[in-house]
Amino acid sequence: MIEHLLSMDQLGAADITQILDTAETFRHVADRPIKKLPTLRGRTVCNLFYEPSTRTRISFELAAKRLSADVINFSADAKSSVTKGESFKDTAWTLEAMGVDAIIVRHASSGAPHQLARWVKASVINGGDGQHEHPTQALLDLFSIRDHFKELSGLKVGIVGDIVHSRVARSNIKGLRTMGADVTLIGPPTLLPRHIDAWGVSVAHELDPILPDLDVCYLLRVQAERQSEQLFPSAGEYSARWGLTKARIERLKPDALVMHPGPINRGVEISAEAADSPRSIILEQVANGLAVRMSLLYLMLGGDKS
Amino acid sequence: MSYLVTGGRVISPRDGIDERSDVLIDGGHIETIGQGLSAKGAERVDATGLIVCPGFVDLHAHLREPGREDEETIASGSDAGAAGGFTALCAMPNTQPVADSASIVEKVWALGREAGTLQVVPAGALSVGLEGERMAAYGAMATSAARVKLFTDDGHGVQDAGFARRAMEYLVAFDGIYAEHCEDAGLAAGGHMHEGERSSSLGLRGVPAAAEEIMAARDIDLCRLTGCRLHLLHISTARTVELVRRAKDEGLPVTAEATPHHFALTDELVESYDPNAKVNPPLRTDEDCAAIRAGLADGTIDAIATDHAPHAPEEKELDFASAPPGMIGLETALAITMTELVQPGVLSLDAAIDLLSARPAAILGLDEQGSIAQGRAANVAIFSPDERWTVDPNAFRSKSRNTPFAGREVVGRVRYTFFEGRLVYSGVAE
Repeated sequence: MIEHLLSMDQLGAADITQILDTAETFRHVADRPIKKLPTLRGRTVCNLFYEPSTRTRISFELAAKRLSADVINFSADAKSSVTKGESFKDTAWTLEAMGVDAIIVRHASSGAPHQLARWVKASVINGGDGQHEHPTQALLDLFSIRDHFKELSGLKVGIVGDIVHSRVARSNIKGLRTMGADVTLIGPPTLLPRHIDAWGVSVAHELDPILPDLDVCYLLRVQAERQSEQLFPSAGEYSARWGLTKARIERLKPDALVMHPGPINRGVEISAEAADSPRSIILEQVANGLAVRMSLLYLMLGGDKS
Repeated sequence: MSYLVTGGRVISPRDGIDERSDVLIDGGHIETIGQGLSAKGAERVDATGLIVCPGFVDLHAHLREPGREDEETIASGSDAGAAGGFTALCAMPNTQPVADSASIVEKVWALGREAGTLQVVPAGALSVGLEGERMAAYGAMATSAARVKLFTDDGHGVQDAGFARRAMEYLVAFDGIYAEHCEDAGLAAGGHMHEGERSSSLGLRGVPAAAEEIMAARDIDLCRLTGCRLHLLHISTARTVELVRRAKDEGLPVTAEATPHHFALTDELVESYDPNAKVNPPLRTDEDCAAIRAGLADGTIDAIATDHAPHAPEEKELDFASAPPGMIGLETALAITMTELVQPGVLSLDAAIDLLSARPAAILGLDEQGSIAQGRAANVAIFSPDERWTVDPNAFRSKSRNTPFAGREVVGRVRYTFFEGRLVYSGVAE
């Protein structure tokens, strides 16, 4: 297995399959009375979070603890040394000196995990970097989709919304393409990235004509600040054209899935009815995140690596 | 002190010289150029196999003093320049405080004289505090001891076309040069690299080429309107090169410079997310790089300038988005020019020397620079055109280390630099 997980570019179809298959064996740990395995006893995993996060941090923390690793959480909040001017490199070296085995890093700046990986000996796992990638989110999404359709190859996946600013979209596009799924990006032109001929995806500006073809309708969070940047006229207009409403959900195929990386903005990119509809697997995604992260930690840190 | 430089190939494009000659430097001047010279008491400098040419003139360097003396000082920047073969450089005004008044430019000029390793030519700000609103003290700076010729808000583009027009109109009175950092703030806002395929996949917000081209086109129109001399700093896109080419065809008083990093590197370097690859304007595409080379080769671009921009290590050890843009370049300019332009045959040696010395000297009107001729001040660079070396930032004389060329094997190395007849740099051949 790879030393660092910085980008989905690093994972081929066989790697992804191995991670998902291994996650399959871990998903049932949660059903046991004693939800803990001794696999990573004596290993230390650090959650280095420069951005507020609830689900990713907790998911990694729980995944590491279920594997018996020691976990330290380093959040760069108002009280930490980071805001006192300590450079990113100094922080990295401090953690290195403490002898951690893996660092899960979340950072508002794209590429921060790449820099960290150059500075430390520990394994670095990208927990979301700026507008670049969020590989473990993509892995858990692939796991969730595969769980329903058994195969990823040939599925039609629409990713709707703010693609240009989305690390989730970039990682999912790479993972889905690697696994042979067809991907269409849908949204207003101001929220779609430009110069993406090499991505192997289709682009559409209208959601309605595509809905009946989709196996998966993946909605991205539309951040309020994008409206203040004037990337679209109003939340209302966004919702009217690209929001997944009750009427739109009925135009999906009967077995199509509705997904969202969370946290959701009810009433903007997804209506309450759509979020809570039986087609929505938003909570499954969260549950699967734990199994996938256990799998990844196990594969990267377990075994005979000294 | 007098020096007899023997056996070198003397190239001075402005003087039409390209010959194997000895050069006798005495009393601060070029005393004689000729074959088989001898001079009693003169220190011999063996230039066999080396090029003897006018000292280089950098139209664009940030010396950081006053304000950020931890990153560079006028003295350390001058030393770095001398090590790079430069005998004059234009010091950008975005210091702290900003060089927008006679007192600041005179201070910079005086510190340059005091350091004494090259001619520091202060540039003045276009607007008070670089805020783009009120005119800086153009007349006072132009007539001060610093004799400011070039005015710029470098670091920012002048956003208000009305202000740009008035500044150009006024500068005509002093034959001043309006020098623009072409960047539309609205288009560039939040950008960290060139906008294109790579910025999309790296998830870094890009600066579109249009941010530069729009302002270059506007300024060329204002140049036509006002008749003011216009200099475009660090041009980086294919279309800007074309705009300059057309302006020159039209006979407008427009000049332009390009940096070694813009003709040697592309946005591919950003894939490492190494903040040393971050610069403004950003590294562009292969196509832009090729257009800059073509513009240098056909004379559209007038000068190779470094945009030497020192930054403290702790500022470049941040994440890519937080790190400030800028690269140092005084000590690598010749080698990158030789490696990327002369060796591959894009430029002749003569043209490269012209772009590094005589042509920028002419833009600034520096009579004692850019020429090796009898009786002129001895501002001379002597370099090996074929010495291979590996760029090691720790060996730099600059106080800063932020170069994208670290570890790169290059060809062409400065061996000696004379400023006003004094040997201010002497590098050891490896």
